[in-house]
Amino acid sequence: MNITNSKYEEALERYNKKITEASAQEMVLNMGPQHPSTHGVLRLELITDGEIVKEVIPHMGYLHRCFEKHAESLTYQQTIPFTDRMDYLASMNNSHIWTMGVERMMGIDKDIPKRIEYIRVLVCELNRIASHLIAIGTYGIDIGAFTPFLWCFRDREHIMGMLEWASGSRMLYNYIWVGGLFYDLPVGFEERCREFVDYFKPKLTELNDLLTNNQIFISRTANVGVLPMDVAINYGCSGPMLRGSGLKWDLRRIDGYSVYPELEFEVPVGAGEMGTVGDCWDRYKVRVDEVAQSLRIVEQCLDRLQKELKRTPDFDPRAKMPRKLVPKPQDFYIRGEGAKGELGFYFIHQKVKAIDKTGNIRYDDTEIPLRVKSRGPSFCNLSVLPAIAKDVMIADLIAIIGSIDFVLGEVDR
Amino acid sequence: MNLEEIKSILIQKFGENIIVGEETTGLQPALLIDPDRIAGVCLELRDNPQTYFDFLSCLSGVDYGVEENRFGVVYHLASIPYQTQLTLKISKENNRDLDNLPSFPTISSVYRSADWHEREAFDMEGIFFEGHPDLRRILMPDDWEGYPLRKDYKTAEYYKGIKID
Repeated sequence: MNITNSKYEEALERYNKKITEASAQEMVLNMGPQHPSTHGVLRLELITDGEIVKEVIPHMGYLHRCFEKHAESLTYQQTIPFTDRMDYLASMNNSHIWTMGVERMMGIDKDIPKRIEYIRVLVCELNRIASHLIAIGTYGIDIGAFTPFLWCFRDREHIMGMLEWASGSRMLYNYIWVGGLFYDLPVGFEERCREFVDYFKPKLTELNDLLTNNQIFISRTANVGVLPMDVAINYGCSGPMLRGSGLKWDLRRIDGYSVYPELEFEVPVGAGEMGTVGDCWDRYKVRVDEVAQSLRIVEQCLDRLQKELKRTPDFDPRAKMPRKLVPKPQDFYIRGEGAKGELGFYFIHQKVKAIDKTGNIRYDDTEIPLRVKSRGPSFCNLSVLPAIAKDVMIADLIAIIGSIDFVLGEVDR
Repeated sequence: MNLEEIKSILIQKFGENIIVGEETTGLQPALLIDPDRIAGVCLELRDNPQTYFDFLSCLSGVDYGVEENRFGVVYHLASIPYQTQLTLKISKENNRDLDNLPSFPTISSVYRSADWHEREAFDMEGIFFEGHPDLRRILMPDDWEGYPLRKDYKTAEYYKGIKID
């Protein structure tokens, strides 16, 4: 293949020239892809002047696993395990939003039994807690506090254990299916989950004493990496990033999907308690508060699951599953609140053209989408990094990266 | 703010032929916009106090199939003050020659989030965005050949002489 049109290479040449010129004057420093504080395989190219970061150029794609290409050749049901691998710290949320999109396209979203919806929300919120615990723990480690990391992982382990009990897998569950669930919750799950909630609540207070109100931690994070609300919106930030900047925007409330309208919970926002609104501490605090809110949701789900939506012997979580997943030809964009922010899937479903023996053209139903685009929240949240990490110290850059809380599986897909 | 009102705002501002079509059969209606003026349309929708579509949720490049030879970009806008959503689509016919990519105007000056999304569309579908500040590949290596999400893409067997298994 010989590409002669130089227009398509122009940006690359411009970038190469910039790096060459910068090397003569300033220092070009590579951070990652194996650096632990880049939270995975992210490479940041820093143009530095001493300790000051002049510019950050992120390079992604080290974990690109062709999600969209795979989705174009598999049925909707077969793609669910692939969605698990996007944001692998909150797999339940990914497959929940995926199945929700497919169910709406099929027009069966109203037929899903309440018990299934409550189980879905329960496991999603447990997974959200697990994801936020990793964010909090690793953020502590980025800043230099080791103990909170161990505490968070100890508590996360209980959630992993419970979800493994329900689905058979520790991280990549493949539990939520289109029209139902893989299995009903195991007998005794609700009781064990309640035990966990009672155990975990005091631990959250301890965590706050240890890290949130720690003076060293506050000094490292308050007034650092301030992200104003208008910049956050323009860059497409969502989730705790956007809420940290003071905007009450939670798709669980805005879109009110699944059974979230029936549940009581607050949407925490950053208030600039320790410094400016939208600084690293605010984003961190939003996550801590969200853990507490998710615990509230878990408790309410357990109440319902143990009372009016009690398990019955003849309850079959796969009863409503369609035999063939053939939606009407249409475009559909579904969005939902993943652990990191607005997770969206855009489906284009069309009939496929076929020519029969007599030469007539006909259009057949298919179970495979023409195109699937996934909008990873981490992808958009990360794109704001070059804007807020200008003229900061290298040590502060670490604090900013940690506060964004991205997962590379979702950035690269 | 429903679709009709948005349409009348756009027609008032840009004239009749700004909207080249409309899709209303599915669950989410979409407006088909004249590709050359998409940036102006987005700017108007973002800044008009009646619409305030200030959040670009998603931008997807689409290859509509080998026979159609049509490429498009789909924009999913959301308005935070009004809590509404809108889908805009642009498309044009183009051949599959890698020297002649389909080209659309960039909207990265309106929404900064479009910057990386457009880089991804360029990287994956080979859609060129006129006036983009930094249109490099984003997920694939800089020297990758071909555009993987095109329908006629053949899986590469070698990368720099190394066999890919």
